[in-house]
Amino acid sequence: MALRDIAIVGTAQRPSEMNSTFTSVEILLPVIQQLLDKVGIERSEIGFWCHGSCDYMSGQPFSFVSAVDAIGAWPPIIESHVEADGAFALYEAWVKIQTGEVDVALVFSNGKTTSGPIDQILSLQTDPYMVAPLKPGFDALAALQARACLEAGVVTERQMAEVAARSRRDAHNNAIAFTKGNESADDLLAMPYTLNPLRAHDCATPVDGCNAVVLAAGDVARRLVERPAWIRGIDHRIDTQRLGARSMIESSSAAIAAQKAGVAKDRIDVAELHAPYTHQELLLRNAMGLGESTHINPSGGALVANPAMAAGLARFAEAAESIFAGSADRVLAHCTSGPMLQQNLVCVMEGE
Amino acid sequence: MWSVAISAFGISIRTRWRDKKLVVSGTTSHAMVGDVFVAPLEVAYPYKRTVGTLLSRFFTSLSECRLEGTRGSDGRVYFPPAEFDPLTGAQLSEWVSLSDTGTVSTWAWQATPVEGQPLAHPFAWALITIDGADVPMLHAVDAGSPENIAIGTKVKVRWAEDRPGGVTDIACFDVVGGAS
Repeated sequence: MALRDIAIVGTAQRPSEMNSTFTSVEILLPVIQQLLDKVGIERSEIGFWCHGSCDYMSGQPFSFVSAVDAIGAWPPIIESHVEADGAFALYEAWVKIQTGEVDVALVFSNGKTTSGPIDQILSLQTDPYMVAPLKPGFDALAALQARACLEAGVVTERQMAEVAARSRRDAHNNAIAFTKGNESADDLLAMPYTLNPLRAHDCATPVDGCNAVVLAAGDVARRLVERPAWIRGIDHRIDTQRLGARSMIESSSAAIAAQKAGVAKDRIDVAELHAPYTHQELLLRNAMGLGESTHINPSGGALVANPAMAAGLARFAEAAESIFAGSADRVLAHCTSGPMLQQNLVCVMEGE
Repeated sequence: MWSVAISAFGISIRTRWRDKKLVVSGTTSHAMVGDVFVAPLEVAYPYKRTVGTLLSRFFTSLSECRLEGTRGSDGRVYFPPAEFDPLTGAQLSEWVSLSDTGTVSTWAWQATPVEGQPLAHPFAWALITIDGADVPMLHAVDAGSPENIAIGTKVKVRWAEDRPGGVTDIACFDVVGGAS
């Protein structure tokens, strides 16, 4: 079966904030309205709605259902939800359009990350008998991975600081970003360890945020935007949940996903990598074979604004915008999930 | 947690149940934060479930201060034991008795422990390969300071006084011959 041509045709993001007192519906509603206005379509033209969020963050089972208020459920709509980052909702929407059942889908995600101790909340997704009872935070698990990489010589502390310095600098150009700075790598290396071998700047800033994108097929996409970001390859791979059985110094699932998504077929101009820790960006670049010719995370990346469950879809939005603007022809968007890069979703998009 | 012995067909099977209670609490008391009233929210799932044959045996051995792993199809020994072969998916049945010492394969320093973690004072998280096993496990090492731990450091189990059966029956690990 030939695959349909499907593209991202519009994106909208809410600027990051902390300790937001708005509900999920209140933060989503204006972003979705803004997106519909930007793309120039009515709600009735959306054939499928797909949402990514995490009930553990709001502390209420099925709390995601209330988000339907932000999209409107009358007349009846077809919608779905993933208990995951919105990037995985985008994958589901892509499959839905591939079935031929619908031509246009709206994907949205939200995370009120600062409402609770996100480091501990995310740890609840680890093995419930062998790992979760010890209550390791995600930062601690990432720190174990970073130490293994440092000892093996796969990364250096200076390279990690350089990733942070570049991301904080680039954040100045992004209205969505939260953490901004002009420190040099030397300045950052002079900072104390927070979770040795990690320093504060090695860990992403948890923020509240949300975003949405519209996907459309074929000529519908061409009608909605001048230069659609065509999805040429998309693939999702998972490493074993058993932390000790994984390689700490490479990301095999990211490498396979990149290969299946066709990353190496041509030059990648811009790669938006969802790397919540500095050493993980370096691991992902190695796994995907991204070299000097690729501009990594011009948005500042998840390091400077990490709304849990929305930071991956934000990478898709940022990468697609560079196609719309004509500043890039072939881009990569990536989303990770789980501790220590357990899951990796890789997507290659091109302009025409 | 409680357990019961069932005798059927002449085989005694020991089954264990475990209370499943995950509590995440962001705020601990009612308070005004600026002009916003904040109320505590506790999430709990207070149900019981049987942990199955493999974990029943494993948790029983821990409560009796013994370490047991399982051998995979490629000969590698998993501790904690794997119920199904990570490579082939086959059910694993060969148990291997292990010593209570191991080696650190990577570590990180938790300078500010969070409530509910194995130790209340600064400690190291580590992946530890138990002697006789091939795949490391996550636990805490009471190393005293980050200078006392490195990749390759030998460690030994410190058993918890109260051992209801679970990974926290191991209170933490101590550095062998060293410093805590």
